[in-house]
Amino acid sequence: MPISPTALAPTALTGDPRRRSTHARRPLVLLALGIGVLATALVSLMLGSNLISATAVLAGLFDPAQDVASVVWGSRVPRTVLGLLVGVCLGVAGAMMQGQTRNPLADPGLFGVSAGASFAVVIGVYVLGTSSVLTTLWLALAGATVASVVVFSVAALGRGLSSPVPLAIAGAAVSSLLVALTSFLVLSDETTLAAYRIWVVGSLSGRSLAGVDAALLFAGVGMVFAAANIRSLNNLALGTELAHGLGENLLRARLVGLAGITLLTASAVAISGPIGFVGLTAPHIARRLVGGDHHWLLPASGLVGAVVLLVCDVIGRLIGGNAEVSVGVVLTVVGGIVFIAIVRRGKMATL
Amino acid sequence: MTATTANQPAPQPGNGPGSRPGPRPRRAEPSRDGHRFFGRQWQGRVVVVTAVCLLLAIAAALFGIVAGSSSLTVPDVVRTLVGGGTRAERLIVLDLRLPRVTAGLLVGAALGLAGALTQTFARNPLATPDIIGVTSGASLGAVSAIVLAGGGYSVAAGLLSLGLPLVATLGALVTAAAVYGLSWRGGVDSYRLILIGIGATATLTGITSYLIAKAQITDAAAAAQWLVGSLSGISWASVWPVLIVLVVVTPIALLQSTNLEVSQLGDDVSTGLGVALQRHRLIVILCAVLLTAAAVSASGPIEFVAFVAPQIARRVARSGRPPLLASALVGAIIVVGGDALARGVLPGEIPVGIITAVVGAPYLIRLLTRRNTKESTL
Repeated sequence: MPISPTALAPTALTGDPRRRSTHARRPLVLLALGIGVLATALVSLMLGSNLISATAVLAGLFDPAQDVASVVWGSRVPRTVLGLLVGVCLGVAGAMMQGQTRNPLADPGLFGVSAGASFAVVIGVYVLGTSSVLTTLWLALAGATVASVVVFSVAALGRGLSSPVPLAIAGAAVSSLLVALTSFLVLSDETTLAAYRIWVVGSLSGRSLAGVDAALLFAGVGMVFAAANIRSLNNLALGTELAHGLGENLLRARLVGLAGITLLTASAVAISGPIGFVGLTAPHIARRLVGGDHHWLLPASGLVGAVVLLVCDVIGRLIGGNAEVSVGVVLTVVGGIVFIAIVRRGKMATL
Repeated sequence: MTATTANQPAPQPGNGPGSRPGPRPRRAEPSRDGHRFFGRQWQGRVVVVTAVCLLLAIAAALFGIVAGSSSLTVPDVVRTLVGGGTRAERLIVLDLRLPRVTAGLLVGAALGLAGALTQTFARNPLATPDIIGVTSGASLGAVSAIVLAGGGYSVAAGLLSLGLPLVATLGALVTAAAVYGLSWRGGVDSYRLILIGIGATATLTGITSYLIAKAQITDAAAAAQWLVGSLSGISWASVWPVLIVLVVVTPIALLQSTNLEVSQLGDDVSTGLGVALQRHRLIVILCAVLLTAAAVSASGPIEFVAFVAPQIARRVARSGRPPLLASALVGAIIVVGGDALARGVLPGEIPVGIITAVVGAPYLIRLLTRRNTKESTL
């Protein structure tokens, strides 16, 4: 029985023809996802260390004179907005990355990218002594770019991007290297350790809205790149030869995609710290809902990402008691299960 | 069945943008079948290589004792070791440097042996305890021991010497069982094992970071220091568990040597040749997990030793699979040599784990980029 490591079933990425009925209901699905995001946002505003009823939340939102307004506007609105932003960015970036690599395990948070961002941010704290959102943003951008370029070139030089194992191993190798260098800096300076250990788990609490406008700008530009990349992503789904035959400029498609992925990932990482597995999980759920056409997949994946992130954040608030569990940790457990489920699925068994 | 076939991935030219057309022919390296048919011919080389590695390990240990802030010469050290020397020399050599060097030798040997066992078992050089999650399981166990030990430093210290190896072993065992169980689909495919291990590692690392973020800053610093993998501040107390595990496990592992050799031929053939496959696998995995847990609980996770040492030993010995004893000795040389290098040559005191990661990661990357489709036959 010949087994090919790259037989990763493009059908998994481009959609199953048997599910043609999904095409008709795609606008409805998007609408439902939008409502889902709003509902999750409302739940995220309601739940926390003390429960606020939905009516009270709405009253507080629109009437600053209410008692609850300070809680709602002071802590829960920023947190929810940040969660939405991070979730959308990571969801879209994940769908783009899986489309670009045709690899179902691609995730902007795994595979070295967040390790690169962390290393750059630690250098910033260590050398410049600053951890403002704007500096973090630039450093995270630089680190994420360098690390992702290294990881993907290593995998591409090996057996090709669409084979999961080289990509995963390249990510693991680059991560270990960066983590070793990061720990060296962190160990030699306790203030750096203090800043780093809080930042590295990925959390929405204690992150303020200050400096978010810069991140929002980055994310906006990233979204433009993502939108510009949609047609190329659909062509790339057919394989590089066919995409080339269809008149696709591969280099431009790759560069636009890389720019979009990096900008979106870096803005998410700068806001919340590295959060893995959103970019892995969201596209898989979205693909089931709307199929593999990236016109629908990217927005759906962004919305799913927002829902996933907010739900995990709320879970973290609830299970921790007084000391809440940060969203990065919840996702690391939830996402780990999803990751293993994807690997165990029938098609991956042919690795 | 799955494991045999999966180790021969078909070349897929032109699938990614950078993939090369077709597999490259290997150079004048003897084929694996060659080893198998002329197996005995290479045994001599393996013995010679093992002996040379033993000498090198002794040399590295001597260098490790000599290297450091206060200057000693090799004759001084040898004289002190056999019972002579001044009071100061005895203090430095016997109480400060010797435990550290011994620990380095034992930890390196345990990691090298564990790596050789898992790589041979999975027939894949990427399947090392680091990558399949055993190390991060042990780390999570140990970090929770450090962080949750109550915060009181003296309490923690008492608990560390006793509890840490136990908790680390528990973490490693649970992780190994989970990863192995989850990769089981009517057989264990080495690539599925690796991918699930990577997923498990990501999850376990996330939980470890969370524990560190929630801890007191002193505990966090201790845990971070420990997570790098370092031999500094090691005492005789942490040497004994590794020594005991190594003494118990090495003979068991060596007894499995023939079965390991046979199981290279594939599951069906080895069952036909009379290997009790499941029992053999269970023993090999248990040995590897215990060795890893012992090493990790003594020094923290020293990365890439388990990956690099067996590969070096295999190349030097030119054998079809990593030779067990030589891999252990190469591991010992790497750890002790790296630690001595950090103390004696490089400025500051860099933990040995950083050195092995900085050296090992590029080696792994090179392996990935060089071998298009040949990973499994390494």
